[in-house]
Amino acid sequence: MTSANSHQRSPLLTAYAVLVFAFIYLPIAVLILYSFNRDGVGGFPPRHFTLDWYRQLFSDAAIWDSVVNSLLVAAASVALSLTLGLLAALALDRANFPGKTLFRRLVLLPLILPGIITGLSLLMFAVFAGMHLSLLTVFLGHGTALISVATTELFAGLQKLDRAQEEASLDLGATPWQTFWRVTLPNLKLSLVAAGLLIFTLSMDEIAVSFFLIGRDNTLPLEIWGRLRRGITPEINAISTLIFAASVALIVIWYRLRARTIGTEAQELLERL
Amino acid sequence: MSAGAISPQHATSAATLLEIRSVAKSFGATQVLKNISLRIATGEFLTLLGESGSGKTTLLRLIAGFEQPTSGEIWMSNERLDTLPPYKRRVNTVFQIYALFPHLNVRENVAYGLRVKSTPKAEIASRVEEALRMVKMISFAAARPSTLSGGQQQRIALARALINRPQLLLLDEPLSALDANLRKQMQSELKALQREIGIAFLFVTHDQDEAMALSDRIALLRNGALEQIASPRDIYSRPATAYTAEFIGQTNLLRGEINDGVVRCGALQWKTSEVTGAALFSLRPEAIRLAGAGEDAAGVARFRGIIRQQLYSGASELLEIDCGGNQILRARIPATGPLTGAHEFVFSPAEAVRVTESPTPRGSRPADHEPR
Amino acid sequence: MYSRAYKAAISIPPLLWVCFFLLLPYALMFAHSFWLVRDGSLVHQWNLQNYRALFTNPLYFQVFLRTAGIAASVTLCSLLLGYPLAYYLSFHAGPRKELLYQLVVVPLWVSYLVRGYAWKTILGSDGVLNGFLQYLHITHEPVSFFLYSPFAVVLMLTHIYTPFVFLPIYAALEHIPRPLLEASQDLGANRRATFLRVILPLSVPGLLAGATFAFVLSLGDFLAPLLVGGPSATMIANIVQSLFGAAYDWPLGAAISVCILLITASLLFTTERLEKRWSFR
Repeated sequence: MTSANSHQRSPLLTAYAVLVFAFIYLPIAVLILYSFNRDGVGGFPPRHFTLDWYRQLFSDAAIWDSVVNSLLVAAASVALSLTLGLLAALALDRANFPGKTLFRRLVLLPLILPGIITGLSLLMFAVFAGMHLSLLTVFLGHGTALISVATTELFAGLQKLDRAQEEASLDLGATPWQTFWRVTLPNLKLSLVAAGLLIFTLSMDEIAVSFFLIGRDNTLPLEIWGRLRRGITPEINAISTLIFAASVALIVIWYRLRARTIGTEAQELLERL
Repeated sequence: MSAGAISPQHATSAATLLEIRSVAKSFGATQVLKNISLRIATGEFLTLLGESGSGKTTLLRLIAGFEQPTSGEIWMSNERLDTLPPYKRRVNTVFQIYALFPHLNVRENVAYGLRVKSTPKAEIASRVEEALRMVKMISFAAARPSTLSGGQQQRIALARALINRPQLLLLDEPLSALDANLRKQMQSELKALQREIGIAFLFVTHDQDEAMALSDRIALLRNGALEQIASPRDIYSRPATAYTAEFIGQTNLLRGEINDGVVRCGALQWKTSEVTGAALFSLRPEAIRLAGAGEDAAGVARFRGIIRQQLYSGASELLEIDCGGNQILRARIPATGPLTGAHEFVFSPAEAVRVTESPTPRGSRPADHEPR
Repeated sequence: MYSRAYKAAISIPPLLWVCFFLLLPYALMFAHSFWLVRDGSLVHQWNLQNYRALFTNPLYFQVFLRTAGIAASVTLCSLLLGYPLAYYLSFHAGPRKELLYQLVVVPLWVSYLVRGYAWKTILGSDGVLNGFLQYLHITHEPVSFFLYSPFAVVLMLTHIYTPFVFLPIYAALEHIPRPLLEASQDLGANRRATFLRVILPLSVPGLLAGATFAFVLSLGDFLAPLLVGGPSATMIANIVQSLFGAAYDWPLGAAISVCILLITASLLFTTERLEKRWSFR
């Protein structure tokens, strides 16, 4: 709103905004702070800075096993979600078939449904198909749920694609398949990387769906969850801090990539989905 | 709305409504307006004319209240205006892109200013109806802005502004988004409307034909400064500077030497009362005509030239005349059929208007006709 | 431009996958809700017992009511925090807008568990908050209701969902053409009137989108009660979770899940219709 220029001054609103930012960041700041506290997770103020909890963390084999498991699942999920998500995005962009609206809604449904629904329905499917619960079932859960993320990102990337390039390729004699490999895919490179990053991060952090599909091998979030049942120690703060730092790094990269590929207006459209 | 139509007077004889006193505006390091002073009379149709970047829209926004002057003051009806926020000024704006509220229908859009002031419902209803009739949009009262064409939206924007009975209406290039025919039609409607309701209009445009057709006075802005302010006839026939002469209409700029009451410029010479020295003159193409057979030289300036190009445009044609020595003049004559070769031309010395030099000549038009 | 083979190649794999791993599982869940558990094992006998139990046993309704209450509180609080923040960023933040936006969005994607755990450590009886209050001598004993209460669940979920609510509201506010605001002021409306008459109505679609998101996801949340809620904050999804765990009764759990799914779907549908009505382009 303008009386002088487009930026107003309102001290009350500014103070409120600061408070909201504090609310968003303080708990995490506290978490990080106490990962360095010798005397445990609670109490105030924290005294005795130490790196012991991190040392303990690094020699904790079970945690690192679960990290490896998570990485495996995440990598596989990225591969599956990107492939199917790309195809789905292409289909939504270029093909018309009966039931297309239903298809679109179904693909995007896991984004908005509570994780328990997705997790339980897949659990029933696994039992029905006679599968044992394991990392494979977790992977199926993540992969399926995250197709929605890939489709959304890649669809936006496709909108920005210059259709004329593909037409030119066909005009010059390339088959649709060749055009796909030589023109479409390279143009989507940035979108693919961005989507992949996001899927990777979400898969690493996923807990609600995994909760019902996990077998003997734990993923990282579920390993931590199990520990919480036994009692909380700052070692959990330590691993949480590391997770936070890694997630932030990946998300910032993802955000930058995305802004480059689809521009801020399409970005906002995505957020409204 | 039709509260006593006042027939617009010239600024000198009517009361002053708005006074801009030495207003300057800078955005950061860029100075967009440099020391502007002018007055708008009650009921006057004043146009701010200029290229993009001339500062005309900025000046409008200063009066509307969306910007603050860096220095100087704006007064309206003997009260200080620039210290008031927009919602307290008796000024309303018709925006370039109309800015109709998409979530309100036409009636609600037009009623907006009245509802904000808690006007009684019955009064709102009758005034809205009156306003819509005035802009001939009464049948669209329940429509949404997105269903209207550009011209229709513009009328609604007008009604929305005028219903508040402002003392001054600001119009920011309101016709620039319309196609040519619609534009002409809206121009004449606007002019008639302004005469009927008698409110002062401050109209911003870059189109000089529009300015000439609509205004009581034109204020020509260049690089943030006022180049000339005069009625359309005066500004056309007596431009003060070379820039004005070229911006409004076409002209030939003649650079010459005055000696003993005679101006010499290349192949041209004519009598003048100006003092000896170098001078710049503006001669409109339509002032030059073909010399009639046996026409006497007394009282007219005569010269000879070869017609290089003839651009026909229906009622008239534009001739490009080579007078020798790299002097090219343009003349507009009534359509006569194809002409070639050398001819004699005449013009009345009174039509050669002396203009002052402008520091930075505009664009790529032939500005100087200095013989080499 | 695209041959039938091409279109088939791009549509069929995802369609198949979605049928197998989304439609079929939902269908299975739906089917399970009509089956029974007898003597500890699943019996494929079609009946309506589960649904009858849901509607006759007051326990389920109470828990559902509590869950809806928590979800509504979370939505309301997230809006109260998220809307002014979005407003501030859109209209007051100036050149720092982009940076601040990233600061809000980034925590959004950081692990739910990490953020939930943070609250657990803060709210406990020997948690950071109590320690802080005692250090400042504001209290002298630990306040116990911070943790293991519906309050804690609402607090944690509000923390999680405020950025979610912020996003679509910010997008909607950014889409409001600034000339509209100038026009409003030009016509005599001050800042408050302009907000109520122009900004707020035009931000409704974003508001609805964000609110729906927060409500639906809170409704089906089971982790927050386990982390910070305690028994007094058991939510409907916890009941489902235990029915698929220790209290082995998959059909009943499926029935509740189907209800959650239906409620979610109808909420989404309603909001979508409302958003369309309030969307002015």
